[in-house]
Amino acid sequence: MAQAQLPLDTPLSLPEHPKAWKWYDYFTFNVDHKVIGIQYLVTAFIFYLIGGLMAVAMRTELATANSDFLDPNLYNAFLTNHGTIMIFLWVVPAAIGGFGNYLVPLMVGARDMAFPRLNALAFWLNPPAGALLLASFLFGGAQAGWTSYPPLSTITATTAQSMWILAIVLAGTSSIMGSVNFIVTIWKMKVPSMRWDQLPLFCWAMLATSLLALVSTPVLAVGLILLLFDINFGTSFYKPDAGGNVVIYQHLFWFYSHPAVYLMILPIFGIMSEVIPVHARKPIFGYQAIAYSSLAICCVGLFVWVHHMFTSGTPPWMRMFFTISTLIVAVPTGVKIFSWVATLWGGKIRLNSAMLFAIGLLSMFVLGGLSGVTLGTAPVDIHVHDTYYVVAHFHYVLFGGSVFGLYAGIYHWFPKMTGRLLDERLGILHFILTLIGTNLTFLPMHELGLKGMPRRVAMYDPQFESINLICTIGAFVLAFSIIPFLINIIWSWNKGKIAGDNPWGGLSLEWTTSSPPLIENWKVLPVVTKGPYDYGIEQRKGSTDEDDDEKE
Amino acid sequence: MEQIPASIWTLTAGVVVTLISFWVGHHHGLLPEQASEQAPLVDNFFDIMLTIGTALFLVVQGAIILFVIRYRRRAGEEGDGLPVEGNLPLEAFWTAIPALIVIFLGIYSVDIFQRMGGLNPGDHAMHSMHTPKPAMAVVAEAPSKTTSDATALLAAAPTPEIGIGASPDVQGKAPDVVVDVTGMQYAWIFTYPDSGIVSGELHIPVGKDVQLNLSARDVIHSFWVPQFRLKQDAIPGVPTELRFKATKVGTYPVVCAELCGGYHGAMRTQVIVHTPEDFEAWRSQNQAIATAPVIPSLSDRHVEEMGVTPQLVAQVEAMTHHHSPAKL
Repeated sequence: MAQAQLPLDTPLSLPEHPKAWKWYDYFTFNVDHKVIGIQYLVTAFIFYLIGGLMAVAMRTELATANSDFLDPNLYNAFLTNHGTIMIFLWVVPAAIGGFGNYLVPLMVGARDMAFPRLNALAFWLNPPAGALLLASFLFGGAQAGWTSYPPLSTITATTAQSMWILAIVLAGTSSIMGSVNFIVTIWKMKVPSMRWDQLPLFCWAMLATSLLALVSTPVLAVGLILLLFDINFGTSFYKPDAGGNVVIYQHLFWFYSHPAVYLMILPIFGIMSEVIPVHARKPIFGYQAIAYSSLAICCVGLFVWVHHMFTSGTPPWMRMFFTISTLIVAVPTGVKIFSWVATLWGGKIRLNSAMLFAIGLLSMFVLGGLSGVTLGTAPVDIHVHDTYYVVAHFHYVLFGGSVFGLYAGIYHWFPKMTGRLLDERLGILHFILTLIGTNLTFLPMHELGLKGMPRRVAMYDPQFESINLICTIGAFVLAFSIIPFLINIIWSWNKGKIAGDNPWGGLSLEWTTSSPPLIENWKVLPVVTKGPYDYGIEQRKGSTDEDDDEKE
Repeated sequence: MEQIPASIWTLTAGVVVTLISFWVGHHHGLLPEQASEQAPLVDNFFDIMLTIGTALFLVVQGAIILFVIRYRRRAGEEGDGLPVEGNLPLEAFWTAIPALIVIFLGIYSVDIFQRMGGLNPGDHAMHSMHTPKPAMAVVAEAPSKTTSDATALLAAAPTPEIGIGASPDVQGKAPDVVVDVTGMQYAWIFTYPDSGIVSGELHIPVGKDVQLNLSARDVIHSFWVPQFRLKQDAIPGVPTELRFKATKVGTYPVVCAELCGGYHGAMRTQVIVHTPEDFEAWRSQNQAIATAPVIPSLSDRHVEEMGVTPQLVAQVEAMTHHHSPAKL
């Protein structure tokens, strides 16, 4: 143990590096975790804009019942790549790669990640993955949905489909490398003075996320590589007329892709557990419950995948078993929600942009979680599976959840990353537009699905036209909501108010260094003397008389 | 003004939340009309979940809004909030209540699924008439006695073991009407084995036990009638089924719910639920036309007439698949 900790206490001297990074360093194979974090965030955000434009194009098509704006095959290419980009190139890399890389070493008091070169390599697998996806449009674009079920995926736009597979395998490899790095960093490089129960909850969430990614991602790679062989090399793993089985693919795919939902939300839950206490000026309510519930979600989340297959080739016992396991996930998720709400109680809540997005997430996620419970039961899922009800549900958890959480994280840590504050008026405008847009777009979709509109269609029954028009208007509101955010980011990065080291009065270790942090984070590593959520505790100790006065 | 005790407020809020939840659960009007035996079961379960969900939503949302207003930082206010780090009884309470709710929902959904027939796929007349055999073994035996009786042929069609099967009241009985449903890009083909009728729309009698044997010719499709609340994928190589009773005369949409290509959204037809007399009339009218097979469907009946073995069919199909231009 003693040897392992030795290098942490002595500042690293090799290799030589400049005092601060220049703009062009962000375009190189840089091994600083903060550079890599920002590389991830900016790259992911660019893909978010691309994926968002695809969504706007699809919603424009769906404003009317007929197929009149996009070619139906291009529509399918957009729906496939919208899903793929938002998951594999926006939420996962932004949450895990971006915030994970930037924050984990700062929060545990390390100078960098455990394996800096591996870290840089993991990031640099992402741009080629994205380039492959975009280039696949030259060959028509993959058109079989982000799920890419065979046989459709083996007979439709096969060149583009193969590029899609390679892109996902690249992104998956990046995710595996990242996971190993996070687990080792948190496990071995935490400053010795930090007890395990002083580890910020974001790091617990990253630990759970990384374990989950490590177990599940290789299975996706297996499923996709077999698909690649079926398409290009004449194998027949999924070809029923040659002894293959198409349902096997669905099992392999969902064994990863259901946990992927948790990969996209657990780090966001971690962000919530940081943002809420700081701005509510309260200790987090139920630290242990939140940490354990992350691990519980990670474990139970590995055994729920068949709820995506209740109408597929699954026998009755499977449909029943996975109904029950799916419902169980609601319990640890509920614990988190209740704990955050309880953290608000008795606080002195600062309603700035970061906190508004965090509270917005709480509201939106509750709705998405509750519709998730209805979807998790086989009897109801038989009716609503593959309908707009599902689309509504996963956008409430992924947009209302993950994306709101990413915004909360950006407003919260942008001052740390750049040394400048974001403009609050633009931030609040951004929040209001996003909140209205989200509910206008996704709330009516519940009704569409229940009433009989399937998902992934470019043309639909005209009786659904008026509700679809509302959704389309909402999508345009969401598209415009990006504008104040973009202006804010670009303007504040250069001209924003100087933030200072600790603008929010946060207690976790990232606030103990300068903004932006030094290249190796601290001149002398910090010593942990109190917990990351000890808000109000010293004030309480020092001034019990004052409280008595207030009561009168 | 007199001080109203907090307990009165809590009680009032509880009553209001309960009333709103029950009202929403019963009057949401989000589901289409019910036209099958299974529909009321699904709807009843959905209504219960919506009631519970509305209550939870109102409580959590109400708490968020209340706390944000009550505990917002006023201008010029300094310092931190109350240093409350947890409360074990409260945490145990909000772990136990959702746990109880999901246990109840889990058990209830098994019960509902059983009443829908979801636990009984593969419960066919064939099963009660013959000793059950694994589907693969039956298929392997079939070619050796191609010339023999019709029962061997019946058995040669692999028995669906997946889907929604016999609901408790028809368990062990043969269905009244059997329809073979084939999905292909971008149409549904309905074949009535007992009369030889081939149709692009599904015609069924009201109140009769109908069995759909689903299969797919090219890619996965999914057979969905929203008014029946029933859906089952039609999967190449995996026979599936839907068994149900329609309860209401009328015309309802048949929707493909699994992405199956560019015109997936256009893969729609309808199911016409007739009175038994109208159904008989429709059947006798169409039976005459059905003598010549016009649809390129290689069902076992036609295979038998032409003297082709199922193996040969499989080979031909494999070859045509391999040479289709879409493949290259």
